[in-house]
Amino acid sequence: MSDVAPAASPMLNSVPPTSGQAAALERTWRDPPGLLGWISAVNHKTIGKRFISTAFAFFIAGGLFALAMRLQLAKPENGLMGPDLYNQLFTMHGSTMMFLFAVPVMQAVAVYLLPLMLGTRSVAFPRMNAFAYWIYLFGGLMLMTAFALDIGPDVGWFAYVPLSGPDYSPGKRADFWAQLITFTELSGLLEAIVIVTTVFKLRAPGMTLNRIPLFAWTMVVTAFMVMFAMPSVMLASTALIMDRLVGTHFYNPAEGGDVILWQHLFWFFGHPEVYFIFLPGLGFLSSIIPTFARRPIYGYTAMVLSVIATGFLSFGLWVHHMFATNLPDLGKSFFTAASLMIAIPSAVQIFCWLATLWTGRLRFRTPLYFALAFFVILVIGGMSGLMLASVPLDVQVHDTYFVVAHLHYVLLGGAVFPLFGAIYYWYPKFTGRLMGERLGRWNFWLFFIGFNVAFFPMHLLGLHGMPRRVYTYGAEMGWGTLNAVSTFGALLIAASVLCFLYNAWHSRSHGAVAGPNPWGGGTLEWATASPPPACNFEAIPVVHGRDPVWEAGAEPTHVAGLSVESREALVTTVLDAHPDKREAFPNPTPWPFVSAVATAVFFIGSIFTPWAVVWGTIPIGIATTIWFWPKRRETAAHLALERAP
Amino acid sequence: MRRIRVAQALSALALIAMAGAAFAIGSSPVTTGPHDVLAPAGVQADRIGQLWNVFLGVCTLVTLAVFAVFALALWRTPRATGETPADLSSLGRHESGPYRTVVGAVAVSIALLLVLLAASVWTDRALARMALADALSIQVVGHQWWWEARYGPAANEPMSDQFVTANELHVPVGRPVIVTLTGADVIHSLWVPSLAGKKDLIPGRTSKLQFRADHPGVYRGQCAEFCGFQHAYMGFQVFADAPADYAAWEARQRQEAAAPAGAALQRGEQVFLGSTCIMCHTVNGTTAQANFGPDLTHVGGRTTLAAGMLRNTPQDLKRWIRDPQKIKPGTSMPASTLPDADLDALVAWLGSLR
Repeated sequence: MSDVAPAASPMLNSVPPTSGQAAALERTWRDPPGLLGWISAVNHKTIGKRFISTAFAFFIAGGLFALAMRLQLAKPENGLMGPDLYNQLFTMHGSTMMFLFAVPVMQAVAVYLLPLMLGTRSVAFPRMNAFAYWIYLFGGLMLMTAFALDIGPDVGWFAYVPLSGPDYSPGKRADFWAQLITFTELSGLLEAIVIVTTVFKLRAPGMTLNRIPLFAWTMVVTAFMVMFAMPSVMLASTALIMDRLVGTHFYNPAEGGDVILWQHLFWFFGHPEVYFIFLPGLGFLSSIIPTFARRPIYGYTAMVLSVIATGFLSFGLWVHHMFATNLPDLGKSFFTAASLMIAIPSAVQIFCWLATLWTGRLRFRTPLYFALAFFVILVIGGMSGLMLASVPLDVQVHDTYFVVAHLHYVLLGGAVFPLFGAIYYWYPKFTGRLMGERLGRWNFWLFFIGFNVAFFPMHLLGLHGMPRRVYTYGAEMGWGTLNAVSTFGALLIAASVLCFLYNAWHSRSHGAVAGPNPWGGGTLEWATASPPPACNFEAIPVVHGRDPVWEAGAEPTHVAGLSVESREALVTTVLDAHPDKREAFPNPTPWPFVSAVATAVFFIGSIFTPWAVVWGTIPIGIATTIWFWPKRRETAAHLALERAP
Repeated sequence: MRRIRVAQALSALALIAMAGAAFAIGSSPVTTGPHDVLAPAGVQADRIGQLWNVFLGVCTLVTLAVFAVFALALWRTPRATGETPADLSSLGRHESGPYRTVVGAVAVSIALLLVLLAASVWTDRALARMALADALSIQVVGHQWWWEARYGPAANEPMSDQFVTANELHVPVGRPVIVTLTGADVIHSLWVPSLAGKKDLIPGRTSKLQFRADHPGVYRGQCAEFCGFQHAYMGFQVFADAPADYAAWEARQRQEAAAPAGAALQRGEQVFLGSTCIMCHTVNGTTAQANFGPDLTHVGGRTTLAAGMLRNTPQDLKRWIRDPQKIKPGTSMPASTLPDADLDALVAWLGSLR
């Protein structure tokens, strides 16, 4: 087979690959069959689809927790449940939505899409990517199991000490929460490394830094934020576990510890975390809006700089969660200024999108509807955010339903509505078929109306003095009517999610066949088949503009010279995406799965005994050693492909 | 549209069915004073209310402006179909119209943010500079799930001038109050929306809250920081009394419990002193001096029980003493095994401690 012989170096070419090459690529890059193949899978699309499905399963669970809470609060002094279950429910809702849905689902979509958008064959470190998925899955299953056994955490998703400490939370409930953090943060950090490396080193030739799709920019900024913010909460939760498990006193004021230390560490992570969720949502909008406005985005450079500015500023806001503590008053004012300042980059992006809409030609399809909901919901949420940034206003509405309203307006408006739009937008890429447009409209309008009916009254409840995290309230408080309205809205949201699930399930086999580019999009994922072949692109494309599909035609069109018999991908330079070298990517293997099982045993065991930290390292050591052990045959194959420059 | 209405009707039916399946626990309704950010009755809450009006005005204008531009953009922009090619004419061309508009809008946004920042800092400064001459000093300690309040002493008075009450604060109208806050177990947050913003009670730290009630009345407060099982039922009341009424109340609080008048009340005192009540509670003037639970020296003069959960009536007090876990699960107070007659005597005596 002469056509598979490696070339001396990657070349830029305009001769299309042959069908023999395409078949060989499919054999090389697909995941192996069978059960062993299933746990060995490392293809980013396989992992990405599992990741997205798992995150949506947790979204459903978190939504059901919320629905149960809303039913309890629908009328005063309701006896549907007591404080024990209610406190577990709001802890589970917050923890599930933040740690198991909102952050991971963005990384999951990125894991699927980034190699397609950037024009490469895989994410960087595909085995680590698989390992991160399994760790995330096992952490989530641990939390759900604890809840099912009625030992779910009940100290809030923020787990303030001393309430979550050994004296006031006996038993293992708070430990499950703290270990959930360990699981999800490990997974999140690994995914951040995968994303940054993929975006910076695996782009198609010609995709210079100023041509990267805006979604990739938001993900790379998010990934950097993850790397700086998550160690803070891992430190905090590890200290909490040690306080609880081995009697340290990090947070015990009686022994010189400090309970406010927890809040600093938690919110130094917790505020950037809001932007881990929000920034990818902005990336979805910047993908959807240009396609349906039929023009390139207005103000690309301003958008990129705004995303980066948001990333930096988000680390300077954490104290606005702590305005009611006894921190110095003047210091708090600086955080008011910083919190107001972060509105500027958001405003820049909103104005740029409005300019894109204003000067485009609009095609109203479900993804655009969800994207446009952002402009109503997020703007309201942003305005209540300005109010919360002000110390005097915050000390009135802090820890009331006003904050519940605000955070749902920003997180659903800024992330969940764009995410639903993104699923409608990329579903044909994932499956090859379009989701139903009619059900899509039902899904959208029920969600949009239900959301506002559920959450707008909460602003008023907060102003009327209703605190958060109360399992019930007296009839004399006069909060009953607004709460009943809010619960009705929650039921509308539940109906809309049912529409979505049915649409996604039904369209898999009955949706209209999409073809490679059903929406006429301009980014590279639309340049390959739907669903894409295992290798993503039969030939790695060469990029000549920001919207390569719209600006196609320039020569050379693609890269030649990569092996089709071995997992080779092209590594390019960070700034200009010049072809740099051919990199051998690893084959599928079950050892990331086995390592993840060993790690899960270690983490869960350490809830019950500190000795798990000692003995648990042995299986992890064995599994990871086998994972990384070089195989003679593979090494020989790679050496055979080496060429001296 | 018709289908959407059907969906709504079905959802409403489901809601009613589920709400009907639930049942309410019975308890006497507690009457309550104002508990509302938008109904200020003191200078601090009033200043915050004015700042709220500024923020609400600016934010509403901006929101309406964005909505207007958004709606206009959707309305005026021509429609595209699946065949419409992407318009690449903007590539390599400076779009001066959108550029001017975006830059202008960002400049206006920055200016408005500066206005909001100035208003916020100015209000903050005014709150911190409330006149504190002749201030009343109260120390509040947050417990799971009730409030301990220690009045005085002023800086140069002996500790014996202190008196202790629980779950109900009395303050004189028009006189500034400095509340010193700390937490006994976990973090709580003291919040009386009609009088001032909230402040956390943090174990190992002390914080201060300053307010002044400018209108006589009863103002409700509630714990605002999640503090465990019964966070929902950690309420309290602030009575803003005319200065003469306050002075009379204070004088009464400083007295020890009156000696029981009559055999029935004596019986009640004996039951109290002979049972486990004294392991946790204080009644000054008797040998009961424990401070694990609320001070009961003048419990009969309070309007509510169990941190604002029940009205202070003999029936509710009896119900509470007999089985507190049934009314407020998780509370530290254990159930009582006293016979009915003893319980009645105890309730009568506690009610007489005014």
